[in-house]
Amino acid sequence: MASTSTSAVQTYAPGEHPDWPAPSSVKGPVHWIKTNLFGSVTNTLLTLLTVYLLYKIIPAMVDWMFIDAAYTGASRKDCEAQAGGACWAFIGTRLQLFIYGFYPEAERWRVNLTAVLLFVALAPVLYDNVPHRGKALIFTVLYPLIAGVLLVGGVFGLEYVATDQFGGLMLNVIIGVTGIAFSLPIGICLALGRQSHLPVLRIVCVAFIEFIRGVPLITLLFVAAVMLSYFVPPGTNFDLLIRMLIMVTLFASGYMAEVIRGGLQAIPKGQYEAADSMGLKYWQSMRLVVLPQALKISIPGIVNTFIALYKDTTLVIVIGRLDILGIGRSSLADSKWQGLSTEVYVFVAIFFFISCFLMSRYSLYLEKKLHTGH
Amino acid sequence: MTTTVDQRSVTAQDKPNVLLKLWRNKETRSVIIQIVTMALLFAFFAYIINNAVLNLQALGKTFSFDFLKEPASYDINQTLIEYTSRSSHARAMLVGILNTALVAVCGVILATVLGFVLGVIRLSNNWLASRIVYVFIEFTRNVPVLLHILLIHGIMVHFLPLPKQAISIGDALFLSNRGVYAPRPEFLDGFGFTVAAFVIAVIGAMVFRRWAKKVQEDTGKIYPVFLICTGVIVGLPLLVFLISGSPLVWELPKMGRFNLQGGVMMLPEFLALWLALSLYTSAFIAEIVRSGIMAINKGQWEAAGALGIRRNRVLQLVIIPQALRVIIPPLASQYLNLTKNSSLAIAIGYMDIVATIGGITLMQTGKEMETMIIVLLIYLSFSLVISAFMNWYNKRIALVER
Repeated sequence: MASTSTSAVQTYAPGEHPDWPAPSSVKGPVHWIKTNLFGSVTNTLLTLLTVYLLYKIIPAMVDWMFIDAAYTGASRKDCEAQAGGACWAFIGTRLQLFIYGFYPEAERWRVNLTAVLLFVALAPVLYDNVPHRGKALIFTVLYPLIAGVLLVGGVFGLEYVATDQFGGLMLNVIIGVTGIAFSLPIGICLALGRQSHLPVLRIVCVAFIEFIRGVPLITLLFVAAVMLSYFVPPGTNFDLLIRMLIMVTLFASGYMAEVIRGGLQAIPKGQYEAADSMGLKYWQSMRLVVLPQALKISIPGIVNTFIALYKDTTLVIVIGRLDILGIGRSSLADSKWQGLSTEVYVFVAIFFFISCFLMSRYSLYLEKKLHTGH
Repeated sequence: MTTTVDQRSVTAQDKPNVLLKLWRNKETRSVIIQIVTMALLFAFFAYIINNAVLNLQALGKTFSFDFLKEPASYDINQTLIEYTSRSSHARAMLVGILNTALVAVCGVILATVLGFVLGVIRLSNNWLASRIVYVFIEFTRNVPVLLHILLIHGIMVHFLPLPKQAISIGDALFLSNRGVYAPRPEFLDGFGFTVAAFVIAVIGAMVFRRWAKKVQEDTGKIYPVFLICTGVIVGLPLLVFLISGSPLVWELPKMGRFNLQGGVMMLPEFLALWLALSLYTSAFIAEIVRSGIMAINKGQWEAAGALGIRRNRVLQLVIIPQALRVIIPPLASQYLNLTKNSSLAIAIGYMDIVATIGGITLMQTGKEMETMIIVLLIYLSFSLVISAFMNWYNKRIALVER
């Protein structure tokens, strides 16, 4: 390398060039900031505006929620004496109420057990490689019955608990899970009916689906509360929770039918024809060929329908049932804790955000997993 | 063995059960299924209608819509048309319908604007802004819309000052916990000319646009259509407005002794509902816009570039028309959702259809059946109108295949 000392230009023999890092103008943090934050005039303005907004919002929010917040105390006055921010003591003292509603305290283990069993029942549906999947699925089918017996009681020595004592998060989960579980078979039938060659069946299914999708859930809940009892023989009186569950199930099945129809339409026509040419009857070809494929690709849609329904379960407060949001709202009437609506709503909002966000991530994951392509 | 089987099948065919034979024929089977379905449906409806009649009799109620003519005798806090407590229930219903329509139309407009802006920022190559919008979208759409409504309403009622200490923005807009006061436009005599000028300008712009397109197709000459149209639509009415002597004054809200007076007052209920519905829906629209634009193949950009079309023309002529095709159908269902979600108004006391006819009228008259049927029919017709319009629009922009 004698030539290097005499000339200003560094030269290397072939294959001797050391691996220098790329210059900072094309790679590295400085380049990244330049292109992603200050790439052009509008980009720079956007960045500055965002930074300003963050500077305005984030410190105030953190201060209110954590730094200047009171975590203990027996009344709003206690909180105010400690700190000027949020009063989380209020949520803390009522956490049980938020979860179980007015379910008798001694019987709350039943709710916990039902919740644990829910995960057991869901496992074979959500994961393919569960041991003894076939038997586990039988348990899944029986689960609604078991859950009903456990929660309401009155048999097997379980104390009877009236359904108007159900409340809080428990009510949201009951309504959401029941709605989805029962709407799945109804939705499949409606979706098949909508694609049927028999005009009467098709018209009936289309009319039902369009009616359900055309009216808000809240009006259907009103129907459950004031109108449904007119349609049963005089003298029969059935529970408001059951009436609500019926309407929510019908509501969810309208949406479920459309999700499953999407799945059915995505199945190539050749699959139907292949099933026909095997000599399979209509129900055989549906059960063995079409539906397994259609349901598999509609699982993300079903999860999304569940998320929407789960959020909509908060609407039961308009007909006087206290779900997690309703419990929060009614707690505000307590004179010791008046004026804390923001804390309650923020708490419930964060709770819903976490649960719905996790579910939507799961649905995205499924979408990726199932996207095997045709 | 084979002979016995054959004999059996022969005897089965010789003495067929008529019903079984009909069932095995595909055509007659489908007729049978349909007849049975119809019969079951009729039986079901007959059963529930019979039950309803019996129940109504037992309660001493009749099924009639006569109550609509009776005076409503309740007040409504926001009325777009003239209404007093002596007006009929039908009038109250109309007020409710208009209130729903108002919040739905305002909500759709704001949600669309916000959603498109958020969707475009989400796609921009500004990392920070895109992330912030992502966090906003995820947080907004994973929280129930009812909670949004209650939270915004709660903040307005608890954190805004009383009307006496209302926050004033430029002495024109006053924010208080009883509502937001804005200046009210007062149209003087000559304002009709300005309106006429506006209509003429819009028609003129449309004609010009068509003509410019024809010229472009024939000769390839491109006019700055957007600039000229905007200029005409804004300029002509402005000119007429100034010539006719500015026949428009703004009535500003003023601080009275106890309350603010004058101007337009928007109730906190209306504002909370409007903002909450718009924010919630805009998060969904942003995702729709993003996926719509992402759905356009990069090859489209490159192909248009290879034809020598300038970048902004590519967006206008190639990308947006294709993206709209992906965006419109889900957008339509978001508009429908927003309209249906406006029924949550009852939770904060905004007097929409559910709160007027399905709420107070129902309580006062005890006509559960009739009022609920009316409410359901109104929402159904709202939905049908919106989906018909969006279907028409979708068809208009749909791909015309040869």
